[in-house]
Amino acid sequence: MAAPKPRVKVPKKASKGEVVTLKTLISHPMESGQRKDKQGNPIPRKIINKFTCEYNGQVVFSCDMDPAVSANPYLEFTAKVEDSGTFKFTWVDDDGSAYTTEKKLAVE
Amino acid sequence: MAKIYKTGVLLAGLLTAGMSSAALAGGPVDEKLVIDDELEIITRTAAPEGHPLDEVISGWHYRTEETRALEADSFQNPGMLYVERGEEIWNTVEGDAGKSCASCHGDGEEFLKGIGANYPKWNADANKPFNLELQVDQCREENMQAKPYKFDAADQKALVTYIKHQSIGMPVEIDLSQGEMQEWWKKGEETYYTRTGQLNLACATCHEDYNGNYIRADHLSQGNVNGFPTYRLKQSAMVSLHNRFRGCIRDTRAEFPAAFSDELMALEVYVTWRGTGLSVETPAVRQ
Repeated sequence: MAAPKPRVKVPKKASKGEVVTLKTLISHPMESGQRKDKQGNPIPRKIINKFTCEYNGQVVFSCDMDPAVSANPYLEFTAKVEDSGTFKFTWVDDDGSAYTTEKKLAVE
Repeated sequence: MAKIYKTGVLLAGLLTAGMSSAALAGGPVDEKLVIDDELEIITRTAAPEGHPLDEVISGWHYRTEETRALEADSFQNPGMLYVERGEEIWNTVEGDAGKSCASCHGDGEEFLKGIGANYPKWNADANKPFNLELQVDQCREENMQAKPYKFDAADQKALVTYIKHQSIGMPVEIDLSQGEMQEWWKKGEETYYTRTGQLNLACATCHEDYNGNYIRADHLSQGNVNGFPTYRLKQSAMVSLHNRFRGCIRDTRAEFPAAFSDELMALEVYVTWRGTGLSVETPAVRQ
């Protein structure tokens, strides 16, 4: 596949103190490092090793990932929101590059 | 003592009953597939005339609860990533003629509606049935002056997934009245019922006689193809129909024919017909 492409699903609105469900998916091969190519050489590991979600700069969810996580990892989690703001999602790749995306949420 | 003994028997009885109804249950599940709570998918329907079974059932009914849930939410469905990629390809210029698919066909979502549900189709110039892959290649060579895709190239799978996805929810129906489609259908039927390989299995052995049963850990479906290309969790990628055909034939320990060979094209015509009336599910999610 082409460059990893993050997708997120965040509700547009929520009421104060509501617990909202956030869904994220990123296209990524999650190459484990355990496989060999046709010539028998090991295929180097290339996985998303860290995921973080921040809301207005505060971390609401983060996790480390390991080689057993499948391709195109899907994560679903919840966050309690008190004020309007922006969710920032970050996936960190083994090669150091980070893929980010942002979504706004209005608290009424 | 007698009391304890009785309780023991009762418990054991309950455990056995519980296991046989849940873990060892056979047959398709009695559920409905509604994608994103809006799009109702026809996953069970009366078989077309001349079909050996009474009812055709989508492979979705034979998968686990978790796998079924992935298909019911288009956000969770990893196959949708390939639909997005396919849309990019549709709009990307390639080849010496300086054209993209969209240059001639315009907006994919409009133009492609219903097309994938009616393939394979008779192609008079080639004098054989064409599936979407062959149709795309012909277009690339003749109109775009681009190279045809290699079998199962990532872009081929993504583009075909995108094309077929535009017919999601629409019933599969192929036109057997054109050209020599009847003869190809017959040839496909013959392949379907011919036992091959060291395991001496025909398609019909598993998918007609024993669907709903287990072959080791695998729950056998009717082998309908309305969800192809399919996202298979095992490969973590889209799997094309001809790839699946070859995989199945390989598992019977037979030599498998080349992709898009006459033998497999005939089989595609026949197997697609067997799923007549089921909704297109592309990208379906399977084990």
